[in-house]
Amino acid sequence: MAEPMKIRATLQGDVADVRILMLHPMETGARRDSKGDIVPQHFIQNVAVTHNGKTVLDAQWSQAVSRNPFLGLRVKGAKAGDKIGVTWVDNKGDKRTDEAPVSAS
Amino acid sequence: MIDPSRRIILKCAGAFGALAMGLVTGLVKSSNAVAAQWNKAGFESKAMADALKALGAGNPVESKDIAITAPDIAENGAVVPIAIVSKIPNTQQILIIAEKNPRPLMATFDVSSGSEGYVSTRIKMGETSNVWAVVKADGNFFAAKKEVKITVGGCG
Repeated sequence: MAEPMKIRATLQGDVADVRILMLHPMETGARRDSKGDIVPQHFIQNVAVTHNGKTVLDAQWSQAVSRNPFLGLRVKGAKAGDKIGVTWVDNKGDKRTDEAPVSAS
Repeated sequence: MIDPSRRIILKCAGAFGALAMGLVTGLVKSSNAVAAQWNKAGFESKAMADALKALGAGNPVESKDIAITAPDIAENGAVVPIAIVSKIPNTQQILIIAEKNPRPLMATFDVSSGSEGYVSTRIKMGETSNVWAVVKADGNFFAAKKEVKITVGGCG
């Protein structure tokens, strides 16, 4: 099971500074484990960020994004209490969605 | 012993069958299909030029309106923080490419009118290389680069 994300959204004027931390191994498919076997690729391919249900960022990732990926973005026209939703889908079809409110700075 | 190629064919047939059935019964909504887009050709390209071609980004023009924030020297190639700010009006898409990585294209970000031309993330780099930020605005492509020196590669 996928671990919950950490989402922090703080208001700066009318822009929300959103910081997201996902917990995911992001295996490249090049690493070998202690037995010398190749660890198969396992990484997040799609990330979508929504603001009150409307998509504001749609990302596609390769295996080259670091383990436990961080994503920062700025959402325009935000108000305190607005909902920031994040969904990711990995190459094995696992997905996770989390939501957090925008907090006043 | 089971012939592995036969298993792959069966698996593919199964996946296509399920998709076709979904389309017929309307189970696969068009919006879901769009959300699951992943540019396989671009992400599996082994050269930056091929990746750009797969994204339809041909020859981007160098622009001073794109700022890349990344360390000059990164000790650990497994975690290289990078932030990109595009001041180009109507920025639609931001791409991150590490020129000398085995698979140069790292990420694409489609930014809509609801978000600023800014993204930050952390990437893995195998060796010292230029990091390119390519920005699509009004259908045209612009680019900026920054060299990041890597002490210990982060691909293995």
